[in-house]
Amino acid sequence: MAARIQVAPPRPKRGEVVEVRILIQHDMETGYRRDEEGHVIPRDCINLLTCRYNGVEVFRADLSSGIAANPFLQFYTVAESSGELEFSWIDDLSVQGSARASISVSE
Amino acid sequence: MRGRSAALLFAAMLAAWSLCAAGQQRRIPAGELKSGIAFASPEVRAMQADDFSNPGMLWVEKGEKLWSTPAGKAGRSCADCHGEASASMKGVATRYPAIDRASGGLLNLEGRIRQCRSERQGASAPRLESDELLSLTAYVAHQSRGMPIDVSVEGAARPHFEAGRALYYRRIGQVNLACANCHEQNWGRILLSETITQGHPNAYPIYRIEWQTLGSIEHRLRGCLSAVRAEILPYGAPEYRDLELFLAWRAKGLPIETPGVRR
Repeated sequence: MAARIQVAPPRPKRGEVVEVRILIQHDMETGYRRDEEGHVIPRDCINLLTCRYNGVEVFRADLSSGIAANPFLQFYTVAESSGELEFSWIDDLSVQGSARASISVSE
Repeated sequence: MRGRSAALLFAAMLAAWSLCAAGQQRRIPAGELKSGIAFASPEVRAMQADDFSNPGMLWVEKGEKLWSTPAGKAGRSCADCHGEASASMKGVATRYPAIDRASGGLLNLEGRIRQCRSERQGASAPRLESDELLSLTAYVAHQSRGMPIDVSVEGAARPHFEAGRALYYRRIGQVNLACANCHEQNWGRILLSETITQGHPNAYPIYRIEWQTLGSIEHRLRGCLSAVRAEILPYGAPEYRDLELFLAWRAKGLPIETPGVRR
């Protein structure tokens, strides 16, 4: 599962609010659709996404079938120290995904 | 003297003939050409304009990885022959669909990539609309972003162009509409909740929010065939490529936007 992460501004000052965006490639299959032969396509959505900033959880989202495919999430956090944003998520088929991005804080 | 005037006459006839053939007027003149994005809502326009929020970029990034990954029996990657795509693929998408010199047939960008995969890399040709094919096509076409469409409809491409045009102006389906009825006669007007576009192929593969995924121009044309309740041609049917060539000619001069975002 591919994902893209963007942190803005890329080099924040200590204490500055940063905008974090993540775009994940995922079908978010609703479970309501049928394939060409009429069989129900089983539901497969990302159901949990968390983001840890230097090991501390700063964001958590419960996702469900109401979220469009290739979910795009955006939140804000405070840049306290340089380090890593570590995203991890899991879908209904228990497939896990993860992605990371670094934040470097300028004094 | 006589020979010279005959030659002159011949040259004049040739010029007149080629004027008729090549200078066929486009129904939408160059000055009025509008990309589909011009008819989209501000939200969709913003989504396409921002390379981060544009979901099509997921496929472009995947295509970039595939570009340098060896494939098939030959163990060669695209990059092994073509090098940096940013240089070697720049402007390539503007010239497709184009005639394949070896086979004499008309190939679109997807077709060329499939041919490379199977003939040069010894891999199996990726399935139409597969993630692999869409990713590579999006990556290659992305290298031409901002460059105007510039297809050739001369020579061996001519019959394909004519066939595409015939299809474009032919009323089909239970609804009995030709492409032109909407996209040439009524563009800019509202149909249900949508503004009818001019129907240009300058942003493919596109991310359609309705599809929730990236799709090729064939995928889009199938939507139109279904909307007029015509027979939906199977993926890979030659009619799609002929039509694609005609559409590209209609859109000559419009910049490529790949990956486009549409509702």
